[in-house]
Amino acid sequence: MSKFLLVQTLNGISFGALLFLLASGLSLIYGVMKIVNIAHGSYFMLGAYIGLTVVLRTKSFFLAALLGALTIGVVGLLMERVFLRRFPLQASPQMMLTLGFTLAFRDLALLIWGGDPYTLPTPPFLVGSVEILGVIFPLYRLFVIGIATLVALGLWAFNEKTLVGAKLRAAVDDHEMAGGVGLNVPLISGCMFGLGAFLAAFGGVMGGPIFGVYPGLDLELLSLAFVVVIVGGRGSLKGSAVGSILVGLVDNFGKAIVPELSYFTLFAPMAIVLAIRPTGLFGRE
Amino acid sequence: MVVKKTMARGLGLVASVFFVMAAFSAGWAQDKGPVKIGYIAPLTGAFAENGKDMQNGAIHYLEEIGYQVAGRKIELIVEDDEANPTTGMTKLRKVVEKDGVHVVAGVFLASTGYAFHPYIEEKKIPANYQICSADDLTQRKSAKWVVRTSWTSSQTTHALGEYMYNTLGYRKIACLGMDYAFGWEAIGGLQRTFEELGGKVVQKIWTPINTVDFSPYLSNIRTDVDAVYVVYVGRPGLTFTKQYMEFGLKKKIPLLSIGPMTDENILPSMGDEALGIVNALHYSAALDTPINRKFVATFRQRFKRAPSYFAEGAYTGTKWIVESIKAVGGAAEDRDRLLGAMRKMVISDAPRGPFRLDDYGNPIQNVYVRKVERVKGELQNTVIHTIPNVSQFWKYKPDEYLKQPLYSRDYSPGKP
Repeated sequence: MSKFLLVQTLNGISFGALLFLLASGLSLIYGVMKIVNIAHGSYFMLGAYIGLTVVLRTKSFFLAALLGALTIGVVGLLMERVFLRRFPLQASPQMMLTLGFTLAFRDLALLIWGGDPYTLPTPPFLVGSVEILGVIFPLYRLFVIGIATLVALGLWAFNEKTLVGAKLRAAVDDHEMAGGVGLNVPLISGCMFGLGAFLAAFGGVMGGPIFGVYPGLDLELLSLAFVVVIVGGRGSLKGSAVGSILVGLVDNFGKAIVPELSYFTLFAPMAIVLAIRPTGLFGRE
Repeated sequence: MVVKKTMARGLGLVASVFFVMAAFSAGWAQDKGPVKIGYIAPLTGAFAENGKDMQNGAIHYLEEIGYQVAGRKIELIVEDDEANPTTGMTKLRKVVEKDGVHVVAGVFLASTGYAFHPYIEEKKIPANYQICSADDLTQRKSAKWVVRTSWTSSQTTHALGEYMYNTLGYRKIACLGMDYAFGWEAIGGLQRTFEELGGKVVQKIWTPINTVDFSPYLSNIRTDVDAVYVVYVGRPGLTFTKQYMEFGLKKKIPLLSIGPMTDENILPSMGDEALGIVNALHYSAALDTPINRKFVATFRQRFKRAPSYFAEGAYTGTKWIVESIKAVGGAAEDRDRLLGAMRKMVISDAPRGPFRLDDYGNPIQNVYVRKVERVKGELQNTVIHTIPNVSQFWKYKPDEYLKQPLYSRDYSPGKP
């Protein structure tokens, strides 16, 4: 029984780790900038596709993650600066715009990479499984947990301890005032969106060896990302972290114990949290 | 003199009659115009690669015969149904009513197959389903005008269930599958024959169709089973197989699957995790017969990839149609006769081997038990056993078989 608990807990946390990479970017965009970015799942998918091409050419997973994330980060920045800034705080036009981009990205991906599903090759030094207290667990998933933790700490440090982070927080809390004290709010907005896209794409490459990449990945993961953001509270880094782990664990244990309710186990925590605390566990407002 | 004139006139008459007859028959063939085949397949969307494979298979055959049958040209009108039955219906109406096709062919999704039935019956147009395998399409819900040259989901698993018990010696197995009709029918068939012989399916786990992470289900599999049988295709098949190995199960419990999981389209994307997987299908690109070797070689040369069962299905189905048109002397407009020919056609030189249709319009054909092996650096489905003359009803009598309901999610052979 305890083997079961251990395996499911590790599973849940590793799934949560990937969710965190995906959702932290969305939390930033949705929570802080109030933009419902339907293209967020597309960032994840495109990051994975670019990562696939890079790793097949250069055999370097590290390069794949870097290039994939950077490219999509720039795409995100441009999307915000050129298109989304024309509709500040207008939910409907923004949703329409990001939805349009989602469809365009999807067709673009189909054009470039075709319709066959792929999995990214696991980096050679992370192939294989380890035995932990009697259970076999893939090494790569442990690695993902580690990476996500590093990213979380990095984001926290950036936010709390650096000047740039302070500027970001200022621009978010009160953008008129921030503009008043000389901060370049439009640039900051663009960079924040770009960072969100960067994180999603990075998550895509990281998730590549586990989920694979294929047409349809964009929307399948989008709902998961929104669940995490809603449960954890938008705009909160702590919320994304806690929400991801919570959703990962609940989803995993739910599927393992009652597979018939697989569809339900994901959205049940979201419904419960929304009922008790509509702003999410750590949300503002 | 009088005799000579009469002879001359007689010869002239004979000559002119001859001339008119010749002109008339040439004109007859030309007046009829080309034979038109309306081909419906998903060319965009998630199943685009499979749809293109189908199209390639059909084109490959038509190119081999020079797009000609019984003195008429063949026109292949391909339409994209985007793997969506509604779009499919629109395209079907277009090819039948606007293009005036003589035969409809292709059809990938089971839902599309079912959606087309009423229209095809109403319009009385011969149709050849080349891929979709939903059991009931040629059982309880069969249509008079539809001839299926592919398979039913349970056709191959009935055979595999017996093979697993008798030859592989399994007694207890766990089954996992995608939670929709294809999974239910395939596993239903397997469970029936396996348990009739005395085996037991001790676990049956249905996973949502778009599951990405199988870890919760994998860790739930009982460790005392002799084997695990799964129904996953496409992307889920890819990720499941990989995760099965990552969680240490591959070393402990043999993995068997539905045929298309190790389809020639997907195998290039798989690695060591696919080695040793046993499954059953009515075709394999590695089938070692002269006819298939030639088919695979020419297909590879033309399209730069090995043919999957999608390509073979389209190739053989198109051959089926053309041979039927030949059998009625090119009279593709005579729909009743053409349908009759399609239902009685027998092909002995299809790449997959010999096959003919049963009374319900579904093939009786070989089922090949295959094992994934690496040969010359490439993964392939090596044929390790052949079960001949398998029909969709296995060894049961059709009317008795049909008294039972269609295999469903909660199917259990014990229950009446």
